[in-house]
Amino acid sequence: MTVLLFSALTFAGALTAGLLGSLTGLGGGVVLIPLLTLLFKVDIHYAIGASLVSVIATSSGAAAAYVRDGISNIRLGMFLEVATTAGAVAGASLATHLSTAVIAIVFGVALILSAVISFFKNHDNLVTGPGSRLTRLLKLGSSYPAPNGKQDYTVKNVVGGFFLMNVAGILSGLLGIGSGALKVLAMDNVMQAPFKVSTTTSNFMIGVTAAASAGIYLKKGYIDPGLSMPVMLGVLAGAFMGSKILARARVSQLKKIFAVVIGLLAIEMIYNGIHHTI
Amino acid sequence: MDKTERVKKRIRDRDLELIIGQLLRFGVVLSSLVVLAGGIVYLIRHGQQQPAFGTFSGEPDKMKSPIPMWKAIVHGEGRPLIAFGLLLLILTPIARIIFSVAGYLMEKDYLYVCITLIVLAVILWNF
Repeated sequence: MTVLLFSALTFAGALTAGLLGSLTGLGGGVVLIPLLTLLFKVDIHYAIGASLVSVIATSSGAAAAYVRDGISNIRLGMFLEVATTAGAVAGASLATHLSTAVIAIVFGVALILSAVISFFKNHDNLVTGPGSRLTRLLKLGSSYPAPNGKQDYTVKNVVGGFFLMNVAGILSGLLGIGSGALKVLAMDNVMQAPFKVSTTTSNFMIGVTAAASAGIYLKKGYIDPGLSMPVMLGVLAGAFMGSKILARARVSQLKKIFAVVIGLLAIEMIYNGIHHTI
Repeated sequence: MDKTERVKKRIRDRDLELIIGQLLRFGVVLSSLVVLAGGIVYLIRHGQQQPAFGTFSGEPDKMKSPIPMWKAIVHGEGRPLIAFGLLLLILTPIARIIFSVAGYLMEKDYLYVCITLIVLAVILWNF
């Protein structure tokens, strides 16, 4: 296979991953890394580097729109980024010490977790009132545009949410994924922020979290330009297409199929990890 | 805080959000164009060779540090230009953080100036 053909195939694969990731809300990274390692036989370190780069691209691209609409809670995001960036740095340092086999197994487990989390019921939370002393001190309460005007809300369990965000950061740095599912879980289920606020704020945070581990990846030579080029451009194009058809698409069926695919990929990754064939 | 002050703060928050949104969009578009340009050069120069991503061997300096990168770009190489685009992309969320520090300073929200500086320090410490 020539570089030209390889790049074209990788671009097509990344485009599909970006499209599915954006339609299902699971992100492109979760399917991209198994695709690169299992199908294209790319070393998992290079795959993680390319995935991390594409995660920064899609997160920043999507966040631009959400921030403009005033749905993301920027203070909440910024505060929780203390937890995710610290975790990301720890995760990225850990990645440089672990063997490919171990990373593949951890990846498989994280993949199954994200697929399972994606089926959790989205609560339509609305916590109102003044909130606890800590939430008032950190000004975590905010408002978002609702159909009938501005809706005020606040959040709960700040400490619990902060710790879960730290775990999300570690996984993101270790595996080169956005860990969007875990971030939404921390804000939606633990901190009880409104669902729309959780998803958009999570997206807003993913880029910064990834940038924290990108420095380490860059130094260690995980980010190969030749591989990252088709991956980044493909995922970005796919995610853009996804955002255009999302309003019209019926995603619940797609989400189920995607979860099954992810589950199978996860088993394959774990199997290959155990048998050291990755 | 009286009402007019609260309204003013809200407006400043909104302005900051708009600037951040524009900044993110600009960073992604610019870096994609640079990566695309580098990609075209790379495929013209190396398109017929065999890809070698199967075993991890790290990256040479010209793909990692700015000065060797720049020399190689001037020399007409594609991959260092892609790497430069990727660097711009990585810098985009970091620029966003720096903007937020400035924004919170203008709002005199010193707690968030501190929080944002911590995030910035964690990121830059590892660069």
